[in-house]
Amino acid sequence: MSLDLAPITDSPPVSTSLTPWNWARKRLFNTWYNIILTIAALLAIGLGLKGFLVWATTQAQWAVVSNNLKLFVAGRFPDPLLWRLWIILGVIIGLSGLTWGKLQAKERLWTRDRLLIAAGIAVAIGLIPISFASRLISGGLLLLLLVAFWLGRLLPSRFNRWLAVAWALSFPLVFWLLRGGFGLQEVQTTDWSGLLLTLLGAVIGIAFAFPLGVLLALGRQSTLPIVRLFSTLFIEVMRGLPLIGVLFIGLVMLPLLLPPEWGQPDQLLRGLVGLILFSAAYIAEVVRGGLQSVPRGQLEAARALGLNPLLVIGLILLPQALRTVIPALVGEFVSLFKETTLLSVFGLIELLGISASILANPDYVGRYVEVYLFAGGLYWIFCYVMSIASQRLENSLGVDQR
Amino acid sequence: MAIQVFGFKNALGLLRDVRFWRIVGQLFFVLFLVWLGTTLWHNLTLNLQKAGIQIGLNFIQSQASFDIGERIITYSPTDSFGRALFVGFVNTLRVTGIGMVLATLLGLVIGLARLSDNWLIEQLAKLYVEVFRNTPLLLQLFFWYFAGFAKLPSIDSNTPPSSLFYLTNRGLALTWVSATAATGIWIGLLTLATLIAIGLWQWRRWLRIERGVASRTWLWAGGAIGLGIILAFAITRASPFEWNVPRLNATELEGGLQISPEFTSLLLGVTFFIASFIAEIVRAGIQSVPKGQWEAAKSLGLKPGVMLSKVILPQALRVIIPPLTSQYLNLAKGTSLAIAIGYPDIYFVANTIFNQTGRVVEVMLILMASYLGVNLIISLIMNLVNYSFQIKER
Repeated sequence: MSLDLAPITDSPPVSTSLTPWNWARKRLFNTWYNIILTIAALLAIGLGLKGFLVWATTQAQWAVVSNNLKLFVAGRFPDPLLWRLWIILGVIIGLSGLTWGKLQAKERLWTRDRLLIAAGIAVAIGLIPISFASRLISGGLLLLLLVAFWLGRLLPSRFNRWLAVAWALSFPLVFWLLRGGFGLQEVQTTDWSGLLLTLLGAVIGIAFAFPLGVLLALGRQSTLPIVRLFSTLFIEVMRGLPLIGVLFIGLVMLPLLLPPEWGQPDQLLRGLVGLILFSAAYIAEVVRGGLQSVPRGQLEAARALGLNPLLVIGLILLPQALRTVIPALVGEFVSLFKETTLLSVFGLIELLGISASILANPDYVGRYVEVYLFAGGLYWIFCYVMSIASQRLENSLGVDQR
Repeated sequence: MAIQVFGFKNALGLLRDVRFWRIVGQLFFVLFLVWLGTTLWHNLTLNLQKAGIQIGLNFIQSQASFDIGERIITYSPTDSFGRALFVGFVNTLRVTGIGMVLATLLGLVIGLARLSDNWLIEQLAKLYVEVFRNTPLLLQLFFWYFAGFAKLPSIDSNTPPSSLFYLTNRGLALTWVSATAATGIWIGLLTLATLIAIGLWQWRRWLRIERGVASRTWLWAGGAIGLGIILAFAITRASPFEWNVPRLNATELEGGLQISPEFTSLLLGVTFFIASFIAEIVRAGIQSVPKGQWEAAKSLGLKPGVMLSKVILPQALRVIIPPLTSQYLNLAKGTSLAIAIGYPDIYFVANTIFNQTGRVVEVMLILMASYLGVNLIISLIMNLVNYSFQIKER
């Protein structure tokens, strides 16, 4: 017996693209309640946007923002030394460009998104009210980013290690440029403020909290009962307290816990200690998730090969565990970035603190909406870019595909 | 064959034994912790001695002599520190409890809107989530407090003498209900009627399932409650409550429900912030329900509301509840930012006590204990809720 099967003919795929009219009917006006919702939403958007635009163009006085741009970004860093911040920015942008280029070496050079973003930044540099010199340097930095990106794509992979070394070396360099000494004029840590302090706090926080968090996570998963107990206790107490309480420990209790002859350690240092202890506990929980995702067979295989416990952890466990939690770690970094605002409660003048001190200036009394919209916008841009980057990273690592 | 206890061979064996190193390592760790603990404690006592501060919890009973602007339990400056801390703790619980309810409702609405087939609604919900999730909570609090309430009209000659609600820079005044002599009877009778209504409902439902009789559950239950209302009115011949309308007395608002700008800003801040996270949790939870469940519910002819409440949400809730619990804990911890806008929560009160007395250790322990208490309460409730939504196998 044979079956008569219709021959399979090649037919083009059914077109799924809709005309604008059909799209609107399908996604906006398909049912009676969607029609009402759409109209209500359009009205709300229209009225809200109109109200905002009227306010922003007639009532708002944006001078409070444009006159204080330097304060927002660099805080009270001495004006004659601003060139050091430009160099820091240049170093970081150059290295980021190279790394970014290396990571995306296999993709097309000029995608539409990249061109749009570069053009957007260029327009922004042209529009924001800064001095001509600053505009020139900013433009130069954008160019540097693009050149570094292009170079990074060309670099052969044996330079990977050098890139890591360059990143490691950039930290002492940045610190030297910020703090001074060794031939440069010194800058007090109390003059580190504004967005500079926000970024610094977040980066230092994550740089120290990450190794501590990994140790705590390993401790919590350890088979040594005392180590496990201590790590669990530390993590749970830190996670049970609000950050403001942990900062209280760092800023108020820490000086009392140190020998009296040491005096008061630097205020910024104490604040950062609180921030680091707090984030370490959260990072530990993220890393623990990664550790638990490593199949048991991997550990057994490593032990069967005769590796000692340290090598098992360093060569087998951590590389697999950390890879899966990179997106979650970026998420932790974003929340740490937002939580640096709490430093302002203790008198450390980061972006929100400098906003408050600008508002205390009698020239700008009552200009809350403008200042907080601007500061909020800055926070938003950083957090949003990082969360987008985290999603991209998740896709490119193929975390959920394994 | 001789067992050399102190011999070279066995010592080497001991050094190569992982078990030995595990014990030695932990011993050193304990010694290190003990050394660290005693050193820190020694420093602490030395430092406190120099500052002339004692350690001990007996100060809790001495007079606080500072006022707390906002409270729902009675308190005066002559009360003890302990009472002041309790007032702060109740304030924390108040804003946490109301915030949890509001954030859940708002998060649910936004999360569902994220999945709407209406493109515009979906985009608006996405905008909401991205804006509130990616800005710091403290900044949002400042925005509500300084850019929101401070910009509202103040109480002046233009303020109407009486109004159903006032929204001024001194806060929100709402028309509220106040109890009368009849309230007790009304509540008692209505509770009784509700219990009877539930019993009738169950009975009619049982009849429908077992005997196939038309149940008319709504009619029976509604009838019971209606009878309760008629009876209550017949007995008391009065309304169950009086409207308490806020009015202006010289420069102060009186009556009604007065809500301070600090409380409202804090409540709005944590609600909007946490709701953006809850919305994403709700969205992920609903998306975790297999597509076949939607299709099966649709092919059974269920209406959208019934489909959501009977088929989709019960399954989604199993995924939603654990991360929701941690958001509730975040909300409770987030209320500690109250100090930045001057709402007297537990942290605010503890900080005031620290500034007055310098009792740093005790204040820290009290703070830890209070937040541990709040966390335990939330975790306990949520574990019960979680248990009731677990898959129950026969």
